[in-house]
Amino acid sequence: MKSLIRLTSALLVLVAGTSAAQTTAITGATVHTVGPDGTLENATIIIDGGRITDVGTNVSIPADAQRIDATGKIITPGLFSPLGSLGLSEVGAVAGTNDSTQRGDDFAASFDVSDAFNPRSILIAISRIDGITRAGITPRAGRSGDDGSSHVLSGLGSVVHLGDSPEHFVKHGAVVVANFGETGSGVAGGSRATAVQVLRAALDDAVDYQRNKGAYDRGDWRDYSVSGNDLDALQSVLDRSAAMLFNVNRASDISVVLSVAEEYNIRAIVAGGSEAWMVADHLAAAGVPVILDGINNLPGNFDRINARLDSASILIGAGVEVSFGASAQTSNARLLTQSAGIAVANGLTWDQALEAITLAPARIYGVDATVGSIESGKEADLIIWSADPLELTSYPDQVYIQGAAISMESRQTLLRDRYLQTDSELPPAFRN
Amino acid sequence: MKKLIPLVLPMAAMLLLSACEPGADDDGPAAYASRYQPLTSTPTILQGATVLTGTGERLDNADVVMSDGKIVAVGAGLDAGDMTVVDASGMWITPGVIDVHSHLGAYPSPSVTAHSDGNEATDPNTSQVWVEHSVWPQDPGFVTALAGGVTSLQILPGSANLFGGRGVTLKNVPGRNVMDMKFPGAPYGLKMACGENPKRVYGSKGRSPSTRMGNVAGYRSAWIEADDYRKKKDGAGEGKGEPPKRDLKLETLAGVLDGEILVHNHCYRADEMSVMFEIAKEFDYKITAFHHAVEAYKIADLLRENDTCAAIWADWYGFKMEAFDGIRENAAILDREDACTVMHSDSDMGIQRLHQESAKVIGAAARVGIDIPPERAIRWISSNAAKALGIGDVVGTLEAGKMADVTVWDGNPFSVYTKAQKVYIDGALAYDINDASVNPVTDFTLGTSAQHGGAQ
Repeated sequence: MKSLIRLTSALLVLVAGTSAAQTTAITGATVHTVGPDGTLENATIIIDGGRITDVGTNVSIPADAQRIDATGKIITPGLFSPLGSLGLSEVGAVAGTNDSTQRGDDFAASFDVSDAFNPRSILIAISRIDGITRAGITPRAGRSGDDGSSHVLSGLGSVVHLGDSPEHFVKHGAVVVANFGETGSGVAGGSRATAVQVLRAALDDAVDYQRNKGAYDRGDWRDYSVSGNDLDALQSVLDRSAAMLFNVNRASDISVVLSVAEEYNIRAIVAGGSEAWMVADHLAAAGVPVILDGINNLPGNFDRINARLDSASILIGAGVEVSFGASAQTSNARLLTQSAGIAVANGLTWDQALEAITLAPARIYGVDATVGSIESGKEADLIIWSADPLELTSYPDQVYIQGAAISMESRQTLLRDRYLQTDSELPPAFRN
Repeated sequence: MKKLIPLVLPMAAMLLLSACEPGADDDGPAAYASRYQPLTSTPTILQGATVLTGTGERLDNADVVMSDGKIVAVGAGLDAGDMTVVDASGMWITPGVIDVHSHLGAYPSPSVTAHSDGNEATDPNTSQVWVEHSVWPQDPGFVTALAGGVTSLQILPGSANLFGGRGVTLKNVPGRNVMDMKFPGAPYGLKMACGENPKRVYGSKGRSPSTRMGNVAGYRSAWIEADDYRKKKDGAGEGKGEPPKRDLKLETLAGVLDGEILVHNHCYRADEMSVMFEIAKEFDYKITAFHHAVEAYKIADLLRENDTCAAIWADWYGFKMEAFDGIRENAAILDREDACTVMHSDSDMGIQRLHQESAKVIGAAARVGIDIPPERAIRWISSNAAKALGIGDVVGTLEAGKMADVTVWDGNPFSVYTKAQKVYIDGALAYDINDASVNPVTDFTLGTSAQHGGAQ
């Protein structure tokens, strides 16, 4: 057993010296680019300065490049978890470690979780060794009955990379999160109609504020339903530099999202989307993407009465952009591959499923110019797999984020390696 | 539509049945007893499949013969006679999946407050409650579990209490009431819970237990009472003194001390499981299984020596402190050390994919050079699970004489792309992915996408 562990370690040593600053050539693998080049056999990827500088089957390798032989392996882009609290939560039931929900009404659209982000979170190491290289970090609604925020807008979400370089924010304030359906009703006053009214009031105020900011700042204007901070945050939604991400499942509520988006000319994202398949054509026509909870096929509440496992296939078939994710999956963001695999078993093609956990979320968040696929010029987030990445029996041999081979160690691998030593005479605390 | 098939049960199971069911008389089944009737079946041969028997064996290009609700034979080139022939070439056949930890029916979908019937969180000891009296057979989750190949499942009360009440094992054939679903002859379980939940629930009410030591004092006090009750009852049976007034709470606990009711103990941490073994030693009862045992890998030897199963998730961790040390190699380490390893769900989602949960462990094990072949992993969701429920003599493997609970998959069940194609329960086709007319639809899902197979 120990010798096998050493073998694994040896592979890590082989690549651990790779740094973002050095030119690296990864050769011999089957590369699923998720870009215009499609799938390339026996391909070479050149990484320089943290970016992919070349990829193809006929690539010249610089003489000074460090070569990584990946013959027989499979390479995909890094995986992108679009929802959740990575870096914002350590232990769900330990309140002090959770920063994605706030109490009070001072901040609604402007509640910014990015200031709480902890790149050293135990969960990040656990997630990235299974291939998660980018994440959307999103605030969560207070639950009705709690003393959490009572606004339907729960704040700003951002995109982070999970690598080791210090600037973690790929896109700050990429979305403003809104809650419709049962959750929105719960926080807004007992009716989902109230939730829509509250949102319209905030958006109307933001439009008015845009036109009368000077007067408002001088105190010569009417009061607004939300604070000046929130109105500032909503400007990015109105000018379409940020999207509004709606947690919403019921088909009728999704139709309301589409109306609001059209009325205010804002970019909407549907998250959850259990019944999105029922309004797939409308979503496609409006260009509104869906971040689907790909596994949840039961009517957990009356908003999800028509949930089904082949939603992704129906939506993509209608021309809707789909990615997979669930805010409840923070500790297991690594379940993205399971969602994708199940979608393949329910009608998606393998390539569509891989795109739904790589390039699609990058597009949804508007960061696809830099990540999401293996293309020359993009940041080098790559995973070397020994077998089909969507199979649960597969695992990454090595993950690269921004061109750097990350440490493949987590608190869980340390526990594993300690307790694999079942033949040790030493108590576990001394097996170091 | 249904015909009664005589149930031939091993003597041990019959004895358990008669010992546990109150109110038996000559006019019919005892009160609360199983009224399960298998669906109609015809003798059937499944031909040419890869068969994982659940005993640790793999047979290639093999047949499975079922008749009168039982497995008749498993092997290559069996005679089809005039049986219904099913071409299963390219398919994989396994025992029907068994989940030892479900709350279906007690915490059903939709999970509205009116449906919240799993935790009688009013006293740390509610051994008097039977979760079967909360089970709503119209839970759509039974049907989606069936589509995941699940043929039997234990429903347990929640974990708010030190003693949560009796669990019940069901056949996954939705009926009009829970009696229609009760697994014939299966022993009852007693749900116990360690750790954070009881001490949080009662500590927050300003009463005991509010600490782990309070938890342990609570278990011990209850067993002292149960032991006393049992002695008085036994004494009265031998003509010594009056029998005690019947007490539902103590009846359940005495059933454990008599070895008739199996202890299913929610317990995460290795140190706490070790203490629970001491309590079992003090009061001379057996812990059949620890559930949610995320730290079981730290005490694989203790579990093996006590013949106690560890029922676990593949990858749940970190949602509370006692789950902080969860690792995906848990089952791999347990299995390597020959401790009884069981994958459980505790989830209406997880129960649909216990095969995939097992696949995660296979992958994590491979990462550290431990090869777990499919014929070994399948035991975690079949024979080992049956053992943990005390029904291993009658179900859980594909051996002649066992109940014909069989799942036919369109490939290796540990591939994410594989789906159950056909599910047989007692030899009767209960689910067919290609024939919606076969499949059950709960009343609740009438008129929704699930009625038309969308949920599956």
